[in-house]
Amino acid sequence: MSPVASPPRALEVRGLVKRYGSVTAVDGLDLEIFPGECFGLLGPNGAGKTTTIEICEGLTPPDAGEVTVLGRRWDREERALRERLGIALQETQLSDKLSVEETLELFRSFYSEPRSVDEVIDLVSLGEKRTARVVQLSGGQKQRLAVACALVGNPELLFLDEPTTGLDPQSRRQLWEMIEQFKATGRTVLLTTHYMDEAERLADRVAIVDHGKVIALGTPQQLIASLGAEHVVAFSLAHDASVSLETLRAVEGVRSARVDAGTYELAVTAVHHALPALLGTLERSGLALAALSTHSPTLEDVFVSLTGRALREG
Amino acid sequence: MTDVTHAPSRGMAASPPPAPRGWRDRSIVQLTLVRLREFFREPEAVFWTFGFPIVLAGGLAVAFRNKPAEAVPIGVVTGVAGSDRAVNSLKGTAGLVVDVLSLDSAERALRTGAIAVLVVPKGDGAVEYRFDKERAEARTARLIADQALQHGAGTVDAVKSTELTLTEPGSRYIDFFIPGLLGMNLMGSSVWSIAFGVVNARSKKLLKRLTATPMSRAEYLLSFVLARLMFLAFEMAAILGLGVFVLGVPIRGSFALVVGIALLASFAFSGIGLLVASRAKTVEAASGLANLVLFPMWIFSGVFFASTRFPDVIRPVIKALPLTATNDALRAVMLQGAGLGAVWSQLAILTVWLVVAFPLALRLFRWR
Ligand SMILES: Nc1ncnc2c1ncn2[C@@H]1O[C@H](COP(=O)(O)OP(=O)(O)OP(=O)(O)O)[C@@H](O)[C@H]1O
Ligand SMILES: [Mg+2]
Repeated sequence: MSPVASPPRALEVRGLVKRYGSVTAVDGLDLEIFPGECFGLLGPNGAGKTTTIEICEGLTPPDAGEVTVLGRRWDREERALRERLGIALQETQLSDKLSVEETLELFRSFYSEPRSVDEVIDLVSLGEKRTARVVQLSGGQKQRLAVACALVGNPELLFLDEPTTGLDPQSRRQLWEMIEQFKATGRTVLLTTHYMDEAERLADRVAIVDHGKVIALGTPQQLIASLGAEHVVAFSLAHDASVSLETLRAVEGVRSARVDAGTYELAVTAVHHALPALLGTLERSGLALAALSTHSPTLEDVFVSLTGRALREG
Repeated sequence: MTDVTHAPSRGMAASPPPAPRGWRDRSIVQLTLVRLREFFREPEAVFWTFGFPIVLAGGLAVAFRNKPAEAVPIGVVTGVAGSDRAVNSLKGTAGLVVDVLSLDSAERALRTGAIAVLVVPKGDGAVEYRFDKERAEARTARLIADQALQHGAGTVDAVKSTELTLTEPGSRYIDFFIPGLLGMNLMGSSVWSIAFGVVNARSKKLLKRLTATPMSRAEYLLSFVLARLMFLAFEMAAILGLGVFVLGVPIRGSFALVVGIALLASFAFSGIGLLVASRAKTVEAASGLANLVLFPMWIFSGVFFASTRFPDVIRPVIKALPLTATNDALRAVMLQGAGLGAVWSQLAILTVWLVVAFPLALRLFRWR
């Protein structure tokens, strides 16, 4: 492996296609993930994130395309690959009747160079729940245990499918810290999420996936910068009144405009010029504001500007 | 943006060197331990496997205990010539209770089964017996009554006879039932524990999660069979312990052969359990399928009553069922003291089930 010509890839995916009947879940998707990188797959419900990650995990056969994981192929070296991967599926219920410790001992026994159960329990802060049955754990504790099961084999590459969905903010932050610790040891993570704050915080690079295709790729900063907007202005009008998007796009400093359920969102460059201009336009049309807010653009706004839909709409 | 350093060596810098791995760290040991834990932490499963057969055997032992032969009620019509003489001859006859009735009420009593036989004196010392020929105890009562009346009229026995009655362990209902109960339990617990365990894991996506590890799939399935063998020891101890030490059921043949039959049956039923579990996606579907497989055997395979009661045409089919083979073999060894030579055909049937069910189940098996 010459470090000059092409850097080694932890994961390489080319032209991936997966169909379920008439639904094309993954539609010609390419990915390249480098060692030591935390890569985020971001997309709404049904975008094809789980299908993609499970093909990469060797759990679902693709209809077309190639997958190379840690330089190996699933069809030839499955067993050797499994030793080096840590996997947390989107939905797995671990056995209710086992304790945290027993569950980890079981998963540990499958690997040839595992980490110790104590170490992994510490890592996910489940020390207090060590002897508790899985059935007694909270949702967040179960998620952490699922991640612990992924970590106990001492993997080089970690696949996490929506690790924080349904968790309270504190549990989410705990999981983020764990993932950051793992990353800090120079290992690779592929995670899916539909929380843009999660992707912004954890991911070195993000691919936004929609309808089974990558529609944007880059660091979170690059993607946000691609909007060409410094701020996002959101407002709604009193008395259910409406204003045409054409009118709004003509306002000074507005790069794009959309409306969703009565809420208008404008991507603007210079908010100190755009805002007075907007207010003037509305006043001349005899329209009154019901609410107005501004925020710095996020990956959500990137997604919205690319698809015209919000991430959570699916 | 991208960090191109090579993946670090396995084992993080801060982590201690891997602990030496003992036998408990072997995956087959862990998998089998999980099976045992899951079982013993499910009180209902423990009850249905151990408690229920004991309760059932206890109940049946009480219900079918050998009672002294019951006296059969017979009626004599009153108010006709010869009534009194007939009543006098029949009174005090062992095995009969005599009711003296008017013709009307006697006929009603006969119809409703309150009496088994009606004696109608006909004058000149003649009598007529009215009874239902289909009722065994009516036929018996008629013979007893006839003999008593003949003796009363002066007939003398041509042959002198005496009686010696006995109750031999081995011929009671409970003796018949205990081997069948053991067979039924082996079948039920093997099929259920495997079908439920596997399908539950599949429906919770746990099976999928396990296949995402380097776990050996063969070891996973083997762990169910190994756990079965451990439960088998407990089940045999519970059922045979109750049968032999409390109810006095004999084990006339070799105990090792009884264990051998139970082992082979357990393997065969495990194969059937795996077959039931091979595709089902939900526990409901699996239990429906398991019932479909188990129910005919509960009826036909001679658990509660001898399978010889079924018509001859279907008997070859019944004999080929694994539970029939198990029960027949267990009964032959326990009750008749049969040796290996006498039960080889049943063992052959079980072996065929075993070698057909396992490979077929593995072929059909879906991991998700
Ligand atoms: N086993 C399956 N059978 C049929 N269709 C499927 C199957 N799995 C996924 N799909 C379909 O493929 C598409 C992509 O699904 P996928 O689970 O990959 O989405 P996702 O991005 O993970 O969504 P979510 O955020 O809800 O988890 C969806 O339209 C889904 O209905
Ligand atoms: Mg998903």
